[in-house]
Amino acid sequence: MTDNKPLLEIQGIGKAFGGVQALEDVEFHLEKASINGLIGPNGAGKTTLFNVITGIFPPDSGQIRFAGKSIQALEVHERVRTGIARTFQNVELFESMSVLENILVGMYTRTRSGMIESILRLAHTRREEKQARDRAMELLEFVGLQDYAHQKSSDLPFGWQRLVELARALAAEPRLLLLDEPAAGLNISETNQLGDLILEICSRGITILLVEHDMSLTMSISDQIVVLDQGKKIAEGPPRDIQANEAVVEAYLGKGKN
Amino acid sequence: MQEILQYLFSGITNGAIYAVIALGFSMLYSSTDLINFAHGEFVMLGALCMVSLSLGMGFSLLPAFFFTVLIVAAAGMIFERLAIRSVRHPEPIVLIIITVGASIFLRGLGMLVWGKDAYSMPQFWDLPPIDIAGARLLPQSIWILLIVTALTVGLQIFYRKTLTGKAMIACAVNKKAAWIVGIPFKWMVLLAFGLATGLGAVAGASIAPITMSSYDMGTMLGLKGFCAAMLGGLGSLWGAILGGFLLGILEAMGVGFVSSGLKDATAFLLLLLVLYVRPQGIIGAADVKRF
Repeated sequence: MTDNKPLLEIQGIGKAFGGVQALEDVEFHLEKASINGLIGPNGAGKTTLFNVITGIFPPDSGQIRFAGKSIQALEVHERVRTGIARTFQNVELFESMSVLENILVGMYTRTRSGMIESILRLAHTRREEKQARDRAMELLEFVGLQDYAHQKSSDLPFGWQRLVELARALAAEPRLLLLDEPAAGLNISETNQLGDLILEICSRGITILLVEHDMSLTMSISDQIVVLDQGKKIAEGPPRDIQANEAVVEAYLGKGKN
Repeated sequence: MQEILQYLFSGITNGAIYAVIALGFSMLYSSTDLINFAHGEFVMLGALCMVSLSLGMGFSLLPAFFFTVLIVAAAGMIFERLAIRSVRHPEPIVLIIITVGASIFLRGLGMLVWGKDAYSMPQFWDLPPIDIAGARLLPQSIWILLIVTALTVGLQIFYRKTLTGKAMIACAVNKKAAWIVGIPFKWMVLLAFGLATGLGAVAGASIAPITMSSYDMGTMLGLKGFCAAMLGGLGSLWGAILGGFLLGILEAMGVGFVSSGLKDATAFLLLLLVLYVRPQGIIGAADVKRF
């Protein structure tokens, strides 16, 4: 990579729902292949920011630039195509489909054959299908679920469903991966395993933005942390600085008496 | 014996048609959660287009069939684009009422274009009826069965093997997740409408030779297809097939052994029965609700 421009630039983003200012002039950027924590108390606007970045709703003000280009005008599926993938706090899988099928659907933006084409050019489609399956199995292996490829996804324990969702997000070959509380509902060993996976994903050159309440996980894997409180950015910096930051401590614990 | 066989043949023929119509309902429902009560009207368009193209314009069988399906599918997609997508608050009940409105509109349109006359056309194969143990089987019935089989296999491959098919199911299973993996939702709905109305056209074009086609034929066919889909389990591919054949055969037996007045009532009696006893349909258990 020749340029060192940041992958994602959030510029002066504001968003209000009725009278509630969910985001106000939020500004930060993410370096390529870095892990970034986005933290803040409940209602700080983290999920809103995720939704703005993925294009689920537009911001009232400000700009988002991805890989140097404004993505303002792009729809959700077009943003996925340019390389933004995400997971959800509550795990959104295609419940009635198998684990493997979930991953295959995740590759939708990366396979070319449309329906007409798949009828007309069966051989080509079959080859593509085979490649897609191989790739999906690789991804399942990556998250350690290769033995459960043909199970119905809703039959897996919750922690594993998280991993399926993660693999599905990776199937879209993202450059930026947004993780919304990936450790929620996981036990300690699962959380550690998740931390290793996230580091591994980052080492493959994928930039990660992580919303997480598990501070030990966030602090241990993040290169950079952004703190939101009531829609505003109150701090930004490496984990060690953030832990010592008074404004952050105040936002989480309330103002001290002295 | 001979009688039973004859009723069975006619039941299977009608059943195959109901099955194709039910497939249209079911596949639209399983990819958009919508019931299109104008579906029967697309069957009517299919039948009348087929008649016009082959008799009126002198197309030979295959091109006439092909263009009929294409034209009706295009009409279905235009319907989606104009009447469904533009709805600002797309709640199910609103959309369903829109489809009811569309069915009235299409019926009126059919009357304007084709008039009130009923049309008939020759069979796909100009062969004499086949004699099996004294019962007569029309060659067109064999055609229809072949078409149903091909459609079922085709749809099965589409949903199981192609990514577009999977993506379409994905939209119905979890809209939020489908959105976020980058499936263009609007395009999928459009495609589902095209496919479903195309199926309707296949049904219409296939029965054009064995029935009288007129502008008002769609309503009853649509309702029966809907009954068949409910009977088998809305949203299930095999449910639609099973429901269609079951309805066709029971209807024929009812007409043959009880009273011909029972013909149209059979479907609705079955529908009531299903709604009371097993609302999810025969195959439509919670687990196998989708394709």
